Amino acid sequence: MDKFEKLTGIAAPMPLVNIDTDMIIPKQFLKTIKRTGLGANLFDEMRFDREGNENPDFVLNQPKYRDAEILVAGDNFGCGSSREHAPWAIKDFGISCVISTSFADIFFNNCFKNGILPIALPQEQVDLLMADAEKGSNARMTVDLDQQQITTSDGEVIPFDVDPFRKHCLLHGLDDIGLTMEQAPSIDSYETQLSSVRPWI
Amino acid sequence: MSPKTLYDKIWDAHVVHESDDGTCLLYIDRHLVHEVTSPQAFEGLRLAGRKVRAPEKTIAVPDHNVPTDPNRLAGIKDEMSRIQVEALRQNAADFGVEMYDVDDIRQGIVHIIGPEQGWTQPGMTIVCGDSHTATHGAFGALAHGIGTSEVEHVLATQTLIQKKSKNMLVRVEGKLPPGVTAKDITLTIIGRTGTAGGNGHVIEYAGSAIRELSVEGRMTVCNMAIEGGARAGLIAPDEKTFEYVKGRPHAPKGAQWEMALEYWKTLTSDEGAHYDKIIEIDASEIAPVVTWGTSPEDVLPITATVPAPEDFAGGKVDAARRSIDYMGLTPGQRLSDITIDTVFIGSCTNGRIEDLREVAKIMEGRRVKDGIRAMIVPGSGLVRAQAEEEGIADKLKAAGFDWRMAGCSMCLGMNPDQLAPGERCASTSNRNFEGRQGYKGRTHLMSPAMAAAAAITGRLTDVRELD
Ligand code: SF4
Repeated sequence: MDKFEKLTGIAAPMPLVNIDTDMIIPKQFLKTIKRTGLGANLFDEMRFDREGNENPDFVLNQPKYRDAEILVAGDNFGCGSSREHAPWAIKDFGISCVISTSFADIFFNNCFKNGILPIALPQEQVDLLMADAEKGSNARMTVDLDQQQITTSDGEVIPFDVDPFRKHCLLHGLDDIGLTMEQAPSIDSYETQLSSVRPWI
Repeated sequence: MSPKTLYDKIWDAHVVHESDDGTCLLYIDRHLVHEVTSPQAFEGLRLAGRKVRAPEKTIAVPDHNVPTDPNRLAGIKDEMSRIQVEALRQNAADFGVEMYDVDDIRQGIVHIIGPEQGWTQPGMTIVCGDSHTATHGAFGALAHGIGTSEVEHVLATQTLIQKKSKNMLVRVEGKLPPGVTAKDITLTIIGRTGTAGGNGHVIEYAGSAIRELSVEGRMTVCNMAIEGGARAGLIAPDEKTFEYVKGRPHAPKGAQWEMALEYWKTLTSDEGAHYDKIIEIDASEIAPVVTWGTSPEDVLPITATVPAPEDFAGGKVDAARRSIDYMGLTPGQRLSDITIDTVFIGSCTNGRIEDLREVAKIMEGRRVKDGIRAMIVPGSGLVRAQAEEEGIADKLKAAGFDWRMAGCSMCLGMNPDQLAPGERCASTSNRNFEGRQGYKGRTHLMSPAMAAAAAITGRLTDVRELD
């Protein structure tokens, strides 16, 4: 799995609330059997018209945000489906950190599996970061996972919470499956017990 | 022992290991796999040289991509869709997983066939790479959607790494007025709590109005727990649930049935159990509802008018403006004046036999209005066969409906059933997101009865006013 340690980059502002997974990556791009290449279609229906021309107003089409690595978004980001294509597309585009007041659970989980750090913060702090992001490409913010803090382009420091286990996995790029496989004896004994208490399973 | 909620009980029974920080390894009893979210997971297993740990606890079914026209056995025309379905077939064969293929009468939407096959049972943990896995919670099973990395994790280990969610109770007491159905209950709840209201929680639905629902109605309610932000919805199992499961192909039999039944009867929340959030709803105040916007929380009674962006606060003002513009509506316009082009009846929310019966009842002696495209897509091959046997299919065809094969169909436009840009649909599905049913398509969510009413008049219609 990809690591996330510390990132200094451009943050793109997307104040729209309830950005759903169909907006992030519309269903016609879910037909791939690969994990890669989805960045080209991130936010497809907002980013391009039917003929594939860029919509110049869309934030990630503006020259100053083309190389954004951080997204500051409105409430409830990532609601909708379980499609991991959403974080795959975000990551493939080059964004590795999303900041909002809240996230949909499945999307939030999926981020950690793909080297993306989702950060939930109170409204005032998201507003402050949104304003910072709106300054454009000269205003770079820094996200430091180890220290659990964001530094705005003005040097203001905002601490954030993260689950310790997930932080550990993200910092070290650990593979969940490998970790769980080490617990095979516990799974074996659970199954043995299961076959006597709930044999119909 | 302190009193426990139903969620606490199922959770506790499935913990394989708990770390000091509360991260748990949770055992998964059943895993459902479909073609869209699994190819990368199987690929991951192959690359790492891993097997499926419990193939007998896993089933696979293609549903999202499959065409629903009766000639579909001739093959899927869309190259990418075809490859995805073939990949599922290959993966199921290579890893020893049972598959209900396109030519199998048991094929259908993954969340319809789980319960239909008796695969879904009370007290289980059930996952699928699909957010509407919440549907299975109607049986008192802890069921939720997972991402593809987690699909791979479950395939390899039959467990998931999880932290416990909070408990939320939604209690719906009282009697539903005539014309009001399970779909109206679930949409009304989302209208009240918002699409983020359940974030971080597992919702237990309780109260007399929920008890009164059939098991299929309960599935409709739990199906949309995810639209309310919760990963899972739960309803305590009762006699109706047991009756529903009994005798199905994968249900326990003989002595094991008795043993299971005894266990299932313990699956209720204890008196005095703690909930982090409680919502109370009076069933008698629920009306037939429709959505006007592009978020499932944009719900209003059919008697209402399209709101104005200024009626909202915060970020929702801009979101509402965008929705109203996308949907081509005008604030103040009566919802019942909105004309439609298409009616879609189906999906894992409302593609079961009772839904089709409901539509047939409304259509009795009535017809789909000329010029309206109306389709019915049964949730599974078995639902379709049953409707044919009951004579419902013939009646609906005679009333002007297009009678399709089973699949996700127009719930999301990944298969040929799609809305054209600007086309407006009365839909029994669960998501009205921009582009969900087709590029620039406009979706109004509602119950099967309300969708049937719209088919008759060609506009959003209060089912109570049909003469
Ligand atoms: S019917 Fe719709 S919501 Fe249900 S599984 Fe299929 S696409 Fe998803």
